[in-house]
Amino acid sequence: MEYILQPWPWYVSGPLIALVMFLLLYFGRTFGMSSNLRTLCTIGGAGKRVEFFKFDWKSQRWNLVVVAGAIFGGFIAHYFLSNPIDIALSDATVNDLNNLGFSNVGNSLLPPELFSLEAVLSFKGILILAIGGFLVGFGTRYAGGCTSGHAITGLSSLQLPSLIAVIGFFIGGLIMIHLIYPILF
Amino acid sequence: MGKYLKFFFIGIFFGIVLVKSEAVSWYRIYEMFKFQSFHMYGIIGTAVGSGIILLLISKAMNVKTTEGTSLKVPLKDRGFMRYIIGGTIFGLGWALSGACPGPMYILVGTGAFSILIAIAGALLGTYVYGLLKNKLPH
Repeated sequence: MEYILQPWPWYVSGPLIALVMFLLLYFGRTFGMSSNLRTLCTIGGAGKRVEFFKFDWKSQRWNLVVVAGAIFGGFIAHYFLSNPIDIALSDATVNDLNNLGFSNVGNSLLPPELFSLEAVLSFKGILILAIGGFLVGFGTRYAGGCTSGHAITGLSSLQLPSLIAVIGFFIGGLIMIHLIYPILF
Repeated sequence: MGKYLKFFFIGIFFGIVLVKSEAVSWYRIYEMFKFQSFHMYGIIGTAVGSGIILLLISKAMNVKTTEGTSLKVPLKDRGFMRYIIGGTIFGLGWALSGACPGPMYILVGTGAFSILIAIAGALLGTYVYGLLKNKLPH
């Protein structure tokens, strides 16, 4: 139990994520979290206006069930399996974030500077999350997959399109963190 | 309901793994893009490494899915533009919100309800892609 309550090392977590991918393939499905965003748009009625959303969303019900499970899993892990301990970030990261104006770095999963009620009620705070989310949703559908579909499943099956997409993920991420963050914070 | 139960359990397992690995943490994503820790690279690297091995073994043993078909990953369409441009846009959002789609859902379970704003943004982004799909280079 002691080991479960501690943060799990990367060499345990990585293979377990591969197991999730493999189990979904074994049950005749695929590992793709962002597909659910399209399904939710269709359920919301987007198929009436846009061709892209015209499909039988019921065929994707299993994936929505995975999402429901993931939310519940997040709840279990956070409230019952986490001995509240700091995230062991590198000193350089803590130092860089302190310089950007973040405090108590790594004492919680998410920085209160961006995710606290106070932060998201500010104009800048809500825009950061909304625009970040928008780019994720737009980009993942444009690229045909996200971290689960491209970085895990696509690279595991040695597909070139997924390698190109993952290179794109990093181009975007590096631009954001190294060029845009210094302007934002 | 029974046939969905296994997917619910896979989801629970996935949610627990991503929280316990700290991959749902905004801080870890920031640290990854700063190349200041091996943690996230270790997770992705061992996930892909184990994935490759699992898929090679199942191919060699001709493993069948529970649906009776051969176990294999659907091939992505050929192309370049959609992957590099779409991927870059995704990366900008991933780093800005600190979460990709899986962690967005999982964070709701951890009580971080402000992530619902990012999920709403992601739904809108998906919708706008659907609107513009035919006008974009793929």
